[in-house]
Amino acid sequence: MTYRPDGLTVLGDPTRRAIFERLADRPFAVGELARELPVSRPAVSQHLKVLKAAGLVVDRRAGNRRIYQLDPDGVGALRAYLDQFWNRALTAFKTAVEQQEEVP
Amino acid sequence: MTVPAADTAVRTSIVVDAPIERAFSVFTEDFGSFKPPEHNMLGVELAETVFEPREGGHLYDRGVDGSECRWARVLAYERPNRVVISWDISPQWQIETDLSKTSEVEVRFLAENPERTRVELEHRNLDRHGEGWDGMRAAVDSEGGWPLYLERFAEVARAA
Repeated sequence: MTYRPDGLTVLGDPTRRAIFERLADRPFAVGELARELPVSRPAVSQHLKVLKAAGLVVDRRAGNRRIYQLDPDGVGALRAYLDQFWNRALTAFKTAVEQQEEVP
Repeated sequence: MTVPAADTAVRTSIVVDAPIERAFSVFTEDFGSFKPPEHNMLGVELAETVFEPREGGHLYDRGVDGSECRWARVLAYERPNRVVISWDISPQWQIETDLSKTSEVEVRFLAENPERTRVELEHRNLDRHGEGWDGMRAAVDSEGGWPLYLERFAEVARAA
């Protein structure tokens, strides 16, 4: 099985999540993202590379710029959403079930 | 569309310090207490989430105005080991009335010892939501906007 980072791992990073949110609005070039976020351009590129490896974003060349957008086939994004949904649910479940334990 | 099986499911698990019976009870009876709260299609404030504890039952949200939204069917209810529910929600976060386009969530409870339980969750058959994905693809290709779930996702991420 080839290694493919899952959506949750990838979106667990706040900067990557911020980039993912921006791309949910519209496609962006790397430089534009770097201007909008408190992160350097090389750091933005690095995060985009991770998002791309996870199947969440795709890129295309437009002149001398590279434009990124969420993967239009949607599958990766849906899985990423459900990953974080269920992980948050189970984490909250753990808290709920272990709190009840303290009650006699 | 051919999608590898692994790509049509999400899996996650957690270990809780509780006996299997209690883990099962809390998961089903108190589902509303830990379900991420933004997951509410009622349009009014959520009063409670009800998990009917039997095969053939439903999961539904009840709003403060008494309105109800049934968003899952209980497909299997095997206390304290396993529960399977359908996911009758489209990628656009609407109730899916065509049952052939719904996915399912299986939750297994495994006692690691008398005081500790592993909970394994699999949300599978995501490809059944196929038409929604096609619709999303069209929406995205037009660059006209993203499906609601992504907007919701962004809201969640911002709130986190």
